[in-house]
Amino acid sequence: MAFVPPKESFAGRVFPVTIGSEVQETFGGENTLPFHTFEGEVPHRPLIAYEIQDVPPDDWPETVRMVYDGVSDDPVKWARHCVEELKARAITLRLIGTHPDNKDLSADDAAKTVSEVLGAVKVPFIVLGSNHVEKDSEVLVKAAEAAKGHNCIIGKAQEANYKTIAAAAMASGHKLIAMSELDINLSKQLNILITQMGFEKERLITDPMCSALGYGLEYTYSVMERIRLAALAQNDAVMQPPLVGDVGMYVWKIKETQAPEDALPEWGALEQRGILWEALTATSLMLSGAELLILRHPKAVDAVEGFIDELL
Amino acid sequence: MALTGVEIFKLLPKTNCKKCGFPTCLAFAMKLAQRQVTLDACPDVSDEAKRILGEASAPPVRPITIGAGDKAVKMGEETVLFRHEKKFVNPNVFALEIKDTEPDDVVEGKINDLLTSEINRVGQLLRIDAFCLTGASGDAGSLEGLAKRVAEKAPDVPVIISTEDPEAAEAALKVFGGKKAVLYGATEANAEKMAALAKANGAVLGVRAEGLEPLTALTEKVKSLGVEDLVIDSGARRAREILEHNTFIRRAAVKKNFKPLGYPVINFVQRDDPTMEALIAGLGVAKYASIVVISSAEKWKNLALFTLRQNIYTDPQVPMQVEQKIYKIGEPTEESPLLITTNFSLTYFIVSGEVENSRVPAHLAVMDCEGLSVLTAWAAGKFTGAKIANFIKESGVEKEIKHRELIIPGYVAILSGAIEEKLEGWKVTVGPREANALPSFLRSRAA
Repeated sequence: MAFVPPKESFAGRVFPVTIGSEVQETFGGENTLPFHTFEGEVPHRPLIAYEIQDVPPDDWPETVRMVYDGVSDDPVKWARHCVEELKARAITLRLIGTHPDNKDLSADDAAKTVSEVLGAVKVPFIVLGSNHVEKDSEVLVKAAEAAKGHNCIIGKAQEANYKTIAAAAMASGHKLIAMSELDINLSKQLNILITQMGFEKERLITDPMCSALGYGLEYTYSVMERIRLAALAQNDAVMQPPLVGDVGMYVWKIKETQAPEDALPEWGALEQRGILWEALTATSLMLSGAELLILRHPKAVDAVEGFIDELL
Repeated sequence: MALTGVEIFKLLPKTNCKKCGFPTCLAFAMKLAQRQVTLDACPDVSDEAKRILGEASAPPVRPITIGAGDKAVKMGEETVLFRHEKKFVNPNVFALEIKDTEPDDVVEGKINDLLTSEINRVGQLLRIDAFCLTGASGDAGSLEGLAKRVAEKAPDVPVIISTEDPEAAEAALKVFGGKKAVLYGATEANAEKMAALAKANGAVLGVRAEGLEPLTALTEKVKSLGVEDLVIDSGARRAREILEHNTFIRRAAVKKNFKPLGYPVINFVQRDDPTMEALIAGLGVAKYASIVVISSAEKWKNLALFTLRQNIYTDPQVPMQVEQKIYKIGEPTEESPLLITTNFSLTYFIVSGEVENSRVPAHLAVMDCEGLSVLTAWAAGKFTGAKIANFIKESGVEKEIKHRELIIPGYVAILSGAIEEKLEGWKVTVGPREANALPSFLRSRAA
């Protein structure tokens, strides 16, 4: 029997999204399943963005906190370190200090931080709130304004606050992350609601909600796979924005990245365990569809870049 | 591809004799198509029909078991490309490679790593499943020596013998007689000899070719030599080729019922850097490998890979559950708080993790709600005041704590009255809605 490679091609294509002003990066744009260069076009590498925050990362576990020792007390220093020392291609600034249970910083504080950090480095930026629906509507409006002209990604818009945040992103010319909770239908619905406001679907990034390896990864994995198949096979334009995996935040709060080896010898060395946990969560989500990844540990970023090199 | 009812009907005797228990041959054919009956029920079916129907009903990826006894593992039988369509059936095997050129202490260390690799996660025992013994020296005696050593120290662990030299293969195979080893190393050049050895020793044959066309030709050749239990290697080593070949193999088998590639796939992912090796192994886990050969088994790496395999092979229709009981977090005393939640594994992981983060020792009552999360279980009537009261009474927790206060999830605040009514002498406190607010909630109470 002769073997004929069972290639598949699709009618649909993921939108390419370009961010940044002086320095730009593009991700998405493929018309095939993740890394299927053997049967379709994959014009852009997935983009990995280093995560920094507006306040010192006191709640990050030691493995990842200590690599930013001496720079993480100041977001500008931290951003410079990521770009100059770690060669970050993009940065995610999470305004976690604005959360009412954190430092409850004001929207003006946040805007000031955004201006300072964006003024200090030239790589593309993703500016995220604290995931507090009410507070984010204030904070992200001012943050988007402060970042005007930088062609950032603003996020995350959720069902409860998308109107304000999408309007702010639109007014200042940014891209937007739309986040819903692990359900393809909710994802689709939110993307529709946002585009009905006049926000172009080509400027959206879908976040179906991340989960860490061992903590629901299979849900995110399958929702991403289904969204990708809807975009490609069914040519569903609402599902064609690229997908983001907000990995670091979910990985660096679970037990496997924190429990010391002397407490759990059967789990092995803590540092390598944490780094691998972040990297393997990221690569698994890339294989199911994520084109934009938000990570914390430089060694995890390097490992994921190495993995992408082998695939492209 | 499975046959339709009408296609099957054409192969039946069409006598409507009813001996099968159905009124007509067509009715029987329909039941066959739905796999609700087997062909044995028809006494008059021709051998030709049996052959065709047998082939059509065989799973697209042939089931293969390696090893013997408790540690034997089954592979293959996969039916889909994406896990949301249907459960991935048989989790991949992780095989730890030992080369016959490695020094004694390394060999000893690796045997020990495998034997101590077992971890319990969500009630499943996970481990490195097999050894891959590689004849890297080119010396038959050396591989045989390694085989003997492994057989002595780890007699129950399934093995893959990796060599292209029939003489070395024969010597090593004899060590694992009756244990269904894999003889990996049939190529175009040595296929006859290797097939004969696999047959003589009851081994599974691993075949390797460079690319999918030569691999197709080789599996057909080996099959014609009388060996049907195969695992296949397309020669892919880099991630890009592994993804391409594994995808084409699975698609050909599942969508085209292409028999020459309908076998479990073996991937070799060894790398110098263990983190990179784990990421490539993860590609194999997610993308259709049945055996993933690795070069080292550090505990941190094992934990991540086992967890990924468990996640990918979870049945998407059945939620993962944890055992119903009162879990102790930290070292709780009889004064420590008591919280309750449901037994959906994610709910349990997240709640217990946050309680742990709070550093406040506590008792966590995890109630069997058939693996549903709190709100879903409440909506489905499985997490009700009466059921919670019953569970608390029967759990025996009243003997372990002095106080009578139960903290319930904020989303089911509505239950507090009903629980207090059924659970006499108890006070119900409404906790936060989201688990991530537990640390501040518990700490402020403890202060």
